[in-house]
Amino acid sequence: MNLKDEVAIVGIGQTEFSRGSGRTELDLACEAISAAIEDAGLDVGEIDGLTKYEMDGTLEISLVSALGIPNLRYFGQVGYGGSGQSSVVQMAAMGVATGQCDVAVCYRAMNGRSGLRLGLSRAGERAVGAFAYTDPFGMVSMAQRLGMFARRHMIEYGSTEEQFGHAAVTLRDHAQHNPKAIMYGRPITLEDHQESRMIADPLRLLDCCLESDGAVALVLTRADRAKTLRRKPVYIMSTAQATGPHADGIVFRPSLAVAESPLAARDLYARAGVGPGDVDVAMLYDHFTPFILIGLESFGFCGPGEAGPFVEEGNIRWPHGPLPVNTHGGSHSEAYVHGLTHVAEAVRQLRGTSTAQVDDAEIALVGSSVNQVSSALILRR
Amino acid sequence: MTTLGKEFGLPLPLIDVGNQSFWQGTAAGELRLQACEQCGEFRYPPAPACWNCHAMGGTWTAVSGKGFVYSWVIAHHAAHPGAADLVPYNIVIVELEEGPRLVSNLVDCPNEEIEAGLPVEALFEEVSDDVTLPRFRRSGR
Ligand SMILES: [Zn+2]
Repeated sequence: MNLKDEVAIVGIGQTEFSRGSGRTELDLACEAISAAIEDAGLDVGEIDGLTKYEMDGTLEISLVSALGIPNLRYFGQVGYGGSGQSSVVQMAAMGVATGQCDVAVCYRAMNGRSGLRLGLSRAGERAVGAFAYTDPFGMVSMAQRLGMFARRHMIEYGSTEEQFGHAAVTLRDHAQHNPKAIMYGRPITLEDHQESRMIADPLRLLDCCLESDGAVALVLTRADRAKTLRRKPVYIMSTAQATGPHADGIVFRPSLAVAESPLAARDLYARAGVGPGDVDVAMLYDHFTPFILIGLESFGFCGPGEAGPFVEEGNIRWPHGPLPVNTHGGSHSEAYVHGLTHVAEAVRQLRGTSTAQVDDAEIALVGSSVNQVSSALILRR
Repeated sequence: MTTLGKEFGLPLPLIDVGNQSFWQGTAAGELRLQACEQCGEFRYPPAPACWNCHAMGGTWTAVSGKGFVYSWVIAHHAAHPGAADLVPYNIVIVELEEGPRLVSNLVDCPNEEIEAGLPVEALFEEVSDDVTLPRFRRSGR
């Protein structure tokens, strides 16, 4: 069977995004899920499917107890952090489409600033697997690992730190329209970017996503039922995920100037029956700004090596760019909730309720190019 | 410049039956990688099968230790407690003549002189009782 248009996202919910929630991740998860269910006009007791990030500290059984879910009959976890941005939605959609459940929730709750900080690594443990061949050399953060990709993009295509800076400024500008963004009211200039301190040269502080606390949840159900609910349905046209050769250890891939996301993109467009030119707005995983460029190339919005100038020329900038990207501000300037914020923003765009609304947006793409695995969605109204 | 010296506070590798031959090699001053018995391809990090032809096994074989810089970053932010006294330090990816790429550090080279294609050769630095790391230095062309 083809998943196309069988399942819709009918509810979205989120907590406040902050640098210190002062609450447990379970508390955040419950609030976001309850808000998403309320948004959908459903009852929490109707939830019978749940997909989560393997990295999420909350458990299905804890949520069942806390929320009073009487019969959770489809659940699973997806790995690899932010690459699960679309994988959790895919897993939930598969459950709904095949009748394993009727009302599925995807969520991510994290105290990413006040709790476990993903930008740091901890002392004391020995490095295992492929990381035994990276960590002892001081490669201990994602900025250092992914900076290797940024460098290769610069070497192979002539991309520049200023072009990364243009991506940063664009996302920050988008966040100035979004009062819920952590960086709302804090615009930056290209000079601010160029003067920000080096984290892992060539990556500067203002190339890095936020570390933040918060939770996001989505509610999915069958398309026929979606039409009877209170919100305009957002249909899942296609989903895809991929990983490629030498993915382990992140930096041993055959090319560091591209991600594995072109593999996901190929399936994604074929399953949806549309192409990059049909996409009105894109939400690209932005743990580091160079991955906006790599995402644009991976999902076919530019040719290889063309994304630097594409960004610099304003093509991803709302409202006048032809392909506004991360209109909520993204992980860079709204909040870092492992990219599930991006799916929520794609839904808002297709409902017509974004704070940086693309006129008459019909089709949205969500995609990650994270460099172990990649996942992506095409949604339509 | 700061090099990664003997006061080692960074994560050490977990040595197990799958990778001990590599670490025995570095302790003996050799870079030993698995070569496929069927197709001859080298691989790194160690793995139980060949990525190219999928054959199991492989023969631990000393390689030249010569290669070039493929990519690099300069770590300015100490993302691990053991890096606090080391920043700024370089992390390089070296592509060996035999094909595989290694993550390592370039010693005796100012960070600003690192560039893509820089020819390098391996050297070996003991950092703990059971771990000798392969590092690299510039070599003549
Ligand atoms: Zn082979």
